[in-house]
Amino acid sequence: MANPQDKKNQAEGGFVYLPLIAGWLVPGAGHFLLRKWGRGALLSASILGMFAIGIAMQGKLYAGAHDILDMLGLAGDLGNGLLYIVSRAAGWGADQITVTTGDYGTRFIVVAGLLNVISAVDAHNLRTGRKA
Amino acid sequence: MFRPSHFLAVLLFALFASVVFGITQRETPRKMVRYGLYCFVLFVGSAIVLSWLMFLIAR
Repeated sequence: MANPQDKKNQAEGGFVYLPLIAGWLVPGAGHFLLRKWGRGALLSASILGMFAIGIAMQGKLYAGAHDILDMLGLAGDLGNGLLYIVSRAAGWGADQITVTTGDYGTRFIVVAGLLNVISAVDAHNLRTGRKA
Repeated sequence: MFRPSHFLAVLLFALFASVVFGITQRETPRKMVRYGLYCFVLFVGSAIVLSWLMFLIAR
């Protein structure tokens, strides 16, 4: 039997994967679409902050997959959605790590992407009524 | 270029990750705050404990 949240979400209609895709492309956008303003703002600030700090620390943006570690790094970076694409286009981040903080920055960027994926899946769960 | 100390990097990482974990892994605001704080303490605490362990092993 469907609970009231499920019924409410089904009644909303529309494309059920929209919060998931929007949340992936722009951090927090999935929650904003669902009118979860506070959660969206906090998620957006956290993920954008982490990504920006990673870039500011001269972190590396993975461009290709030459070995298994590069592949994992690229997968994490792609989780940032448009942030990754814009940063690559603008030439932000380092090609090679030359300073100690650059190594931390690279991890910050990868983890920001992974956190963004978690956030987008959370928005999808809210949309489908799996989470209140 | 931003060049934080190791400890500041740990604090920033723990803060951002804990906020996301708290919001996404719990349902009510009260539980979100509690879980976020719990994650933050675990992140920072484990970093401090591991740092001391490595320091003692390296001596």
